[in-house]
Parts: sequence; structure tokens; C-alpha cells
Amino acid sequence: MAVRNAVIVGGNRIPFVKAGGKYAQASNVDMLTATIDGLVARFGLAGEKLDEVVAGAVLKHSRDFNLTREAVLGSALDPHTPACDLAQACATGLEAVTYLANKIRLGQADVGIAGGVDSASDAPIVVSEPLRRALLKANRARTLPDRLKAFASVRPADLAPVPPGVVEPRTGLSMGESQALTTAKWGISREAQDELSARSHQRLAAAWDAGFFDDLVTPYLGVTRDGILRPDTSVAALGKLRSVFGGADATMTAGNSTALSDGAAVVLIADEDEARRRNWPVLARVVDTQVAATDYVTGNEDLLLAGARAIPELLERNGLTLADFDAVEVHEAFASTVLATLAALEQDGHGTVDVDKLNVHGSSLAAGHPFAATGGRIVASLAKVLSEKGPGSRGLISVCAAGGQAVATILEAV
Amino acid sequence: MSILEKIYTSPIGRTLAPKVGLNEPPKLRRGRTMPTGAVLLAELDGGGLARQVLEALGVETAEPLLDLPEHRTPDDRGRPQPPRYPTKAGAVVVDATGLREIAQLEGIRQVLRPLMRGLESSGRVIILASDASAVTGLEAKAVAQAIDGINRTVGKELRAGATANLVFVREGTTADDLTSTLLFLLQGRSAFVSGQTWRVGPAKAGDRPGGDYRSDRPFEGRVVVVTGAARGIGAAIARTFARDGAKVVALDVPAAGDALSKVANELRGTALQLDITSPEAGVRIAAHVAQVHGADAKIWAIVHNAGILRDRLLANLDEKSWAQVLEVNLAAEMRMNEALLDTTLPGGLGEQARIIGIASTSGVAGNKGQTNYAASKAGVMGLVWAEADELADRAVTVNAVAPGFIETDMTASIPFVQREVFRRTNSLQQGGQPVDVAETIAWLSDPASGGVNGQVVRVCGQNLVGA
Ligand SMILES: NC(=O)c1ccc[n+]([C@@H]2O[C@H](COP(=O)([O-])OP(=O)(O)OC[C@H]3O[C@@H](n4cnc5c(N)ncnc54)[C@H](O)[C@@H]3O)[C@@H](O)[C@H]2O)c1
Repeated sequence: MAVRNAVIVGGNRIPFVKAGGKYAQASNVDMLTATIDGLVARFGLAGEKLDEVVAGAVLKHSRDFNLTREAVLGSALDPHTPACDLAQACATGLEAVTYLANKIRLGQADVGIAGGVDSASDAPIVVSEPLRRALLKANRARTLPDRLKAFASVRPADLAPVPPGVVEPRTGLSMGESQALTTAKWGISREAQDELSARSHQRLAAAWDAGFFDDLVTPYLGVTRDGILRPDTSVAALGKLRSVFGGADATMTAGNSTALSDGAAVVLIADEDEARRRNWPVLARVVDTQVAATDYVTGNEDLLLAGARAIPELLERNGLTLADFDAVEVHEAFASTVLATLAALEQDGHGTVDVDKLNVHGSSLAAGHPFAATGGRIVASLAKVLSEKGPGSRGLISVCAAGGQAVATILEAV
Repeated sequence: MSILEKIYTSPIGRTLAPKVGLNEPPKLRRGRTMPTGAVLLAELDGGGLARQVLEALGVETAEPLLDLPEHRTPDDRGRPQPPRYPTKAGAVVVDATGLREIAQLEGIRQVLRPLMRGLESSGRVIILASDASAVTGLEAKAVAQAIDGINRTVGKELRAGATANLVFVREGTTADDLTSTLLFLLQGRSAFVSGQTWRVGPAKAGDRPGGDYRSDRPFEGRVVVVTGAARGIGAAIARTFARDGAKVVALDVPAAGDALSKVANELRGTALQLDITSPEAGVRIAAHVAQVHGADAKIWAIVHNAGILRDRLLANLDEKSWAQVLEVNLAAEMRMNEALLDTTLPGGLGEQARIIGIASTSGVAGNKGQTNYAASKAGVMGLVWAEADELADRAVTVNAVAPGFIETDMTASIPFVQREVFRRTNSLQQGGQPVDVAETIAWLSDPASGGVNGQVVRVCGQNLVGA
């Protein structure tokens, strides 16, 4: 069977904001629905049945077991549009794009939407394990005394809500603490991190000013621009911040680490022939994807550097080198994640990435990082950048994720 | 809500208001609804065109009563009264196209006198007369203008939401050129248009509705672009066109994208987030139309509704507020038209098309604190007149509406007393609804309205300002 081309047609996101801010009252379903509706309006898809919508969230309420389908039903799409929830921590968005692109390439779908959403404001609060067991037992009990007895073993401390897991279950370290180990190991300087962060803000601000996001963003709840973005920040200003992760001589600050954020992003993907038949913009083809994982639990490898494993495999399979790319997007979980990933690639003989090609319109440090929404944001923006550069231009994406994983994807303008 | 407004809207306030002369305004008939009572046809000396138009529309007509001395009956105090209609009439169409002499104006008086108290609420007085350019001789030209005076006064004397309007007919106009206009005037769609006069002429070659045209869904399958469609009048325009079959492209600034996508999705149209002051706005619109509706698609109508206010007394007005208003309300429209009129541009305006501007009564009459706005809106009128002339050889019409006080977010911010005064200083004693402006625009854009060109029609309930 001939494999078809899956192409990025367009994208939409809502502006990202800091957790606990303007979207504090919005749920994942609300944000994903609004984001889909913005895309639907841009492409005139109201009332239309798409082949599939796939998305996910990292922080998910149990009531959101069918998050994406609920968003579809709340949107202007035909209710016959099926939906799928998918998860791979922060790589969820990029995996959703991969899932849909593969289905399209195999002829199982012609047109669909892929993306993700996350609310760190409306994160599910989980009850403690003893309380959970007591609740289950009480539920099964038939009489009132039995029901009360079920709680006998619960201690006062068990009643405190457990916030969502922001630590790696196997190392007990938070994302920031893990990255601090990596930062120290690779000798990434404070200056280099602040410089990357300042550049991210400046580039994202410039893109907003140039109208780059006019057809990529729909305002939400009165927010018209990314809330975390500080257009006037500088290396000097960032240099004044206190470090937050990694002890005494630490280099990582709130300025060069991503903030907890709320937001959603989606991409419209179609079979190339179908896109052309509909006269849609054919921004870029989804060429190939590789996922990889590191052995971080033993401490031999780094939690967020799986990109340095995924990228070489992907390049080799496609007969490409880093030099063959016109734009490279490395998700800025932390400034030092990007710098350490590039250092690892260079150490392994893959060369380096020119600053002019790296995160050309800024990335997560400036935009914010609602976990599952990041993939959709990057894919839509990169596809537009490549299409502006012209046919044949290539782009590489790498998004790291909790659990020592990462996904890398190649896009190419057609 | 101010204290005054609270009192006014409270039950006690409502019972007191009429005692101080603030009556509850009449509820207007709206939409594609015909009058309930009979449609009367008054064919005066030398007329005949109106009968053809009404026949083409399939409207049944009845004879009006005439106020002749022999028809009068004395009231209980013995004073002669004009004949009375047993049931109130819905509308009268006065065909005055044949009137050339001053003495013949008496015919209009005879028809209208019994109707001044004999029309149902939201009734209609519609007068057709020959345009001064279509008649010869001093007296005939003077008579044409005299009819305009009658119309404007009748509009002011009618009650209960009834309206009066005059259509001047140019040389060579046929019944086909007038059907869309007469249907608009008879129906509820013209609710807030009163005391107005405009001209209809023969449609240009190639400007006829196609074979698939239906007067109740005139825009079926046609692409209509509405700027400033995220809210207010623009959203109502988009809804009205969609109701009448159009494929709507709803355009607004990126910052309004949230509301815009809701309007677009509700209408199964598309949203285009674009600032119309961008130099490439015209080309971007065309590209969007070609992308969504296919490379061969053309725009049937563009409605330049986006507009802003930067009100300041001239004594306090700087160059920034001056330039912004002229840029958004006038310059952008001119640039977009120029780009979209290029027939080689995929997704541009069709060979046959409609361009609609939004002027304002402030542009007609001036308004304190609005030098910049009045300049821009009067400029829109100038643009419409000039562009209609310039496009004489192409089946494109260019018209504008000039809204008076319309109930929107924009006008809700005016202080209560001032707002109440604005609302009531017109013949219908109320503010208009966004849909009233929208319906008027839809009529001007109708494929059958090719004979209406270069006109500025006020939608103001016959506001005193600039009347
Ligand atoms: N409301 C009235 O009583 C009244 C009276 C006379 C004329 N008008 C005219 O009617 C039109 C609509 O008025 P409204 O009351 O609905 O106003 P509104 O302010 O509610 O809506 C205007 C819309 O235009 C959009 N817009 C502004 N600048 C734009 C730009 N540069 N590019 C794209 N979109 C832009 C706005 O975002 C807004 O959605 C305006 O032209 C106004 O001047 C209104």
C-alpha cells in the first residue's frame, strides 16, 4: 500500500497564561473546546464531520476520562466526529500529531485535528491512599455502622489533599531538581541560560508584533497575548533573579525555567491531496518521528535529555544531519535543557545548531508551557515558518517529557 | 445603571413616565413580514409603474379612499371629516411618477389625509415619483422636490411606528429595477427607515439577478465579507446575510477573535482575524476567500462595517486620534476596494458585485466632539458617490447606510439622559436595533437591487439631527 502525505494545514491556540491567572476558572474541556472552535471558525468547518480529533492533557481529572470527545461535543463540529485521548506527559501534543499523521498516511483518515491542553490551575487534587481505600470500602458497605467503620483507620494526616505529582515517582526529585543535576553535570552557565531565555522573550514578542500569530491564536477570556511573555526582559534583568533549584551555587531561576501555565493548542492535519482539493494551505509535510527514553533512574543519564537519543536515530533513518535543517525547535522546559541537549548532540559528533535557526519565534520560556499544549504550539508555528521559507525547507522538533522520554519530529515544507 | 435610569425602569417610574410625556415607544414590525392590513395602490395621473412592480411581486392591492368634499361626513359637532377606513390599512403605495404640475400634488393630499389616522401600527407610506433629472420644465422639477417635502413631513406626523419613504425613479427605470426596493419597504425589514428619499435607476447591463435567484433567500451560495463582525451591528449584518443564504466571511481584529469565532461558527461561515488598516488587508481577504471557497470563488458583497470612535472636542484633539479614525473608517475601506476590484485577483470582488459603506448621521450633520469621526463618515459618503460614478461600466453598485442611534455596546456607554434624548429625538421615538441597519444593507446588496447605486440611505427613524 502506498503511504500518503500528511500535511499541516493550520493551527490554533489560545494565549497561554500563568497558572492561577486569567484561566483559573476554566477547565481542560473549556479550553480545548474554545481552541477547536477557533480553528473551526478559521477554516469554516462548523457542522462538518472530521475523521478524528486526538488530544490529551497531563493533569487530568477523573471526570475528564473522555476529554477530547467532550470537547468535540461542545464544539461547532458535527457530533459524528470521533475523538481519542492520548498521553505521553509533555510530549502528548507531539504524539497526538504523530498518531493522526500516521493514520492519514495509512489512509485511515483524511482530515483531523491533533493537540493538547493543560490547566495547572484546575489540576486534580487527589486524596491520600488510606483515604482512597477507606472511601472504596465505605462505598461497598451496606449499613451505616459499616460505612463509619470503614473510616476507622484513617488518620488526620490522610485527610490532606495530595497535589498532582510534580515529582518523578522513581527519584522523588522534582523536574527542576532533576534538571539542576543535568545543568551542573553539563556545566551550563547562568549567563548562557539567561541569554537563551531573554532571546526567547524577545523573539516571541517580535513575532506577536509582526502579526505572526494573527492566524494561529484565538483570544480567550479577554486574553489576547501570552501572559508570561515579558517583551522588555534582558539578560541583565534575568541575572538579578534568585536561583530556585539546585542548592548553593545553582544557576536555575524562575526566569530560565518554564512557569506552570494554562492553555491549549491544536493543529489541522490532512491528506495532502485532500488539502489541495479543498484549496487549503499546505504548510508542511509530517516526515517522520522518533521517540526515545533515557535510563535516568540509575543516575547514569539525564531525565530531560532523551532528545539527544531520539534525534540521532531520526536523522540516521532519514539520511540527514543537523546541518540539513532550516529551523530547529527544542522545547524550552528549562533553558539548560535546550543547552544540554545541544551539548550532548555535539559531544556525540552531530554538530551544533546555529542560534539563528533555533526556536526562531521564541519557545516555552516566553510562551509558557501548558504541558500537553506545547506540541501543538510548536508544530503549528514551525509549519508556518517553513512554509514562509519555501518548499523543501526542513524543520526539526524535539520535546522532552517526564519519565526520561522525548519525541523528535521532522517537518518539511511542500 | 444611573439612579435616574433605575427610577425610569421601575414599575412606578413606568406609570409616571407617560404623565411627563415619556410614552412607551411603539414596538416595530420587523423581518420578512408583510403588513397585516390591505396594501393600497394610489395610481395618480400618468402613473402605472407601481402597479407593474406590485404585480411582479404578487402583492394584491386595494383602492384607497379619497378625501373629496363629497366623501366627507360630519362628526358629532358637525365638522366635516375625511372618509374613514373600516379596518386599518397596512400600507399605501402612491404612484406619483406622472405628476408634473403643482395642481396635481392635491392628488397626494387626497390619498394621504384619510390614512394619517387609518394606518395600522408599523404601517407604510411609500411614494414613487419621477426624479427631477427625468422630467423637463421648471414646474415638473419643482414638483419633484415638493413631493420630497411631503414625504419628510408625513414621516413626522405618522404614529405608532408607521413610516413614510420616497423613491425617485430615474429615466428608463423598469418594474424589475424596483421590486427589491418595494418589497423591502413593505416588509418589516425597513422598520427603522423613515422620512428618507433615495433614487432608483435602470440597472446596468449585466446586473440582473441570475436564474436561481429567490427574493426570500437572495444570497444563496454567495460569499459576503463583513468587517467588524465580532459584535454589534457587524454581527447583526453577518447574521442577516446568513439567514438569507450567504456564505459569510466574518472579519475583525485578532484581539476580537474569541467573539468572532463564535459568530462565524454559529453562521457556519468563516472567521478572518485581520486588522483592516494593514496595507495587505484587501489581498488577505481575497486569499482567505479563495482558500475557503475555492480558487474560482468571488466575493458578491463586502460590507465595510468596522469603525471606531475617538471622541474629543476639537480643542482637545491631537493628531493620533485624528489619524486613527480616518485610517480605520475611511482610508482602509478605499484601499481594500481598490485591491478587491482587480478582476484578476482570485477571491476578489466579482464582475457583478456590491460594495457597502457605513456612514453616520454624524457625517451628514456633524456632531459635537466628533470632528474626526464626522470627517471619516462624510468621507465614506463622498467615496460612495465617486466610486459609483467611476464604476459606471461594471455591474458593481456602491452604496452606504447612515445609521442614527442604534442600540449597541457602543451607544450603551453614553450617559442615560443623553442616551434617552438621542433615542427619542426621532419620528419612531426609539433607538434602532442592529438588525435594522443589517436589513437595509442586505436590501442594498440584493442581486435584484442593481438599480440602486451611489445612494446613502439613513437608518435613523427620521432623526432630527441632519434631517
Ligand atoms: N451604534 C451606532 O449607533 C452607530 C451609529 C452610526 C454609525 N455606526 C457605525 O456602524 C459600525 C458598527 O458600529 P457598532 O456600534 O457595531 O460598533 P462596535 O464598536 O460595537 O463594533 C465595531 C467592530 O469593528 C471592529 N474593528 C474596529 N477597528 C477594526 C480594524 N482596524 N480592523 C478590523 N475590525 C475593526 C471592532 O473590533 C468591533 O468588533 C461602525 O462603522 C460605526 O461607526 C454605529
